[in-house]
Amino acid sequence: MYRSHVLVCGGTGCTSSNSEEIITTLEEQLVEKGLADEIKVIRTGCFGLCAIGPIMIVYPEGSFYSEVKVDDIPEIVEEHLLKGRIVKRLLYDETVETDTIKSLNETAFYKKQKRVALRNCGVINPESIEEYIALDGYQALAKCLTGLKPAEVIQIVKDSGLRGRGGGGFPTGLKWEFTAKTEADQKYVVCNADEGDPGAFMDRSVLEGDPHCIVESMTICGYAVGATEGYVYVRAEYPIAVNRLEVAIKQAKEQGLLGKNIFGSGFDFDLHIRLGAGAFVCGEETALMTSIEGNRGEPRPRPPYPAVKGLFGKPTTENNVETFANIPQIILHGAESFAAMGTEKSKGTKVFALGGNIKNTGLVEIPMGTTLREIVEEIGGGIPNGHKFKAAQTGGPSGGCIPNHLIDTPIDYDNLTAIGCMMGSGGLIVMDDTNCMVDIARFFLDFTVDESCGKCAPCRIGTKRMLEMLDKITHGTAELEDLEKLEELALYVKENSLCGLGQTAPNPVLSTMKFFKDEYIAHVVDKKCPAGVCKALLNYYIDPKKCIGCTLCARACPVDAIAGVPKGLHVIDTKKCIKCGACMDACKKVKAVSKV
Amino acid sequence: MKTIEELNAIREKAKATMTVREDNVDVIRVVVGMATCGIAAGARPVLNGFMEEVARRKLGNIVVSQTGCIGMCQYEPIVEVIEKDKEKVTYVRMTADRVARVVSDHLVNNNVVTEFTVGAIAK
Repeated sequence: MYRSHVLVCGGTGCTSSNSEEIITTLEEQLVEKGLADEIKVIRTGCFGLCAIGPIMIVYPEGSFYSEVKVDDIPEIVEEHLLKGRIVKRLLYDETVETDTIKSLNETAFYKKQKRVALRNCGVINPESIEEYIALDGYQALAKCLTGLKPAEVIQIVKDSGLRGRGGGGFPTGLKWEFTAKTEADQKYVVCNADEGDPGAFMDRSVLEGDPHCIVESMTICGYAVGATEGYVYVRAEYPIAVNRLEVAIKQAKEQGLLGKNIFGSGFDFDLHIRLGAGAFVCGEETALMTSIEGNRGEPRPRPPYPAVKGLFGKPTTENNVETFANIPQIILHGAESFAAMGTEKSKGTKVFALGGNIKNTGLVEIPMGTTLREIVEEIGGGIPNGHKFKAAQTGGPSGGCIPNHLIDTPIDYDNLTAIGCMMGSGGLIVMDDTNCMVDIARFFLDFTVDESCGKCAPCRIGTKRMLEMLDKITHGTAELEDLEKLEELALYVKENSLCGLGQTAPNPVLSTMKFFKDEYIAHVVDKKCPAGVCKALLNYYIDPKKCIGCTLCARACPVDAIAGVPKGLHVIDTKKCIKCGACMDACKKVKAVSKV
Repeated sequence: MKTIEELNAIREKAKATMTVREDNVDVIRVVVGMATCGIAAGARPVLNGFMEEVARRKLGNIVVSQTGCIGMCQYEPIVEVIEKDKEKVTYVRMTADRVARVVSDHLVNNNVVTEFTVGAIAK
């Protein structure tokens, strides 16, 4: 029996800010102070508040420490764990009010969240099957195998209204039913953990924080559709997730929760892991299956759909990690309780990876129908440094942006589609007035050009030509008719590409052109970048009235483009200037340098 | 695994080790004063005694925790028992030997051991 549990985040975010060393130091100190038998250290998955990591929670007090450093450990051990005095200076400031300490669930970041898919992340030790079982793990599987027919399981999933969380939003129950109805000697279940959107990391967090729920859920799916084998396709860049999933599969096999005759029901299920090399196109379901088969990851035309002819030519159900993470809760608590959350056509919750220009970057799970304003201003804590919200990009390189005037849109699949966006896997990148929308569109297109597999011409050639046009615009060499051509080509690529990658690649361009046409026109007609981002369209300028001749800018300039004597006026030679901004940073006090 | 009973057995066993992490207001909190004064007066064996006794009796609704100096250093080691909607009970000059009685009489059978409380001594 331990009197205190210390939970330290072992997600990728906190690990990269040194949580491993924190755990080792903590364990050493506990041994040194003779507390090792009283206090248990637990490495958990992601808490979601990555911006203030590494994160540590000490129970029973529930003290939430943020930005913990290795040097803070002796103080935490000596003061808190030995003497019971909470180290107030390390507490997450949102939990501290004048004289009381609020529970974490009361803070703005967590208050509006509803954690279904992430329920165990940051709560349990992901490498302990016992802790997963303690919080009702594998109960849903037991319920299915011992009390429900496969068709009944599918009916529950259908009734819940769950839709695919990977981006498309196809009803999950229907997908399962298609596979179940196809007759075959062998069927497969595939979990898509090839999370490729820049900025999205919810699937990684689920695998890192709660790997057993994916094992359980895929087994349930196997039972429902009649498959006896499953594959998890996860990218090799997620070593922690891969490792924890391997541990989970091993533990489940030891307990007989994977393998032959599970729960004495006669149902067999086995699970394999396949590592992806990180190609974006492999997140597309047919390309993913081709890759599992050992071939080059290229999509194939649909139909036939995977439910008829999928992995190794056999009927296959493929869902992404977050979709699977919802299944055990739906089975345990019933379709109604899940359908009670969300909007009419989008049930349940959605996890978003909040990033960009926002205070609380991290992972949030909210009921469908929450407005973007609530996410940005309340949960996200607003835009830092006094800047103004301009737009939010959803769906990464496949999605579009939601501009300021639509900030009160309730977020669900259909509302996003209606405004030319896409739910995508749930990356949510917040942009403020320092972001140039043309540059953003160019950034995402640059990504898709790199990631296009090259199989079909519209995507391979079309996206490349679009990128060239955007380059012209950001360099100020485009004409107005280029904008028309760009739009025409974007619509063509969208219509004619083979798979989802090409069909959605033009979305960032189309959506920024729709909502921020004025910025495009400013680049083309006035040859100006309103946000001051596109280097070719801006010049640095020293205001003669403000310059005090301190020489700081001239010394900071890496290419000697600034001329001037001490105490005399300095002038930038715009021909030599490479527009790095070093002079502007150097002139912080006097603020004589500006972008024009 | 062949039956739900096996699964439930693992669940109950694992759950008992995780009560400390619950935000449960119904638990009884046993708080041992562990500032320098408390430690010097022998609070550590008292704390260990409570933990062993609670574990031995498998009392799931009790959280043993520690706190700083309560302010009555001459009465250390001090132990407080805090229960929802009840008045806080403060035991003073606790020893490891007294722990078993507090656990059985107070925590299990709900009879405060009056003679160990601050009220009895301060009279």
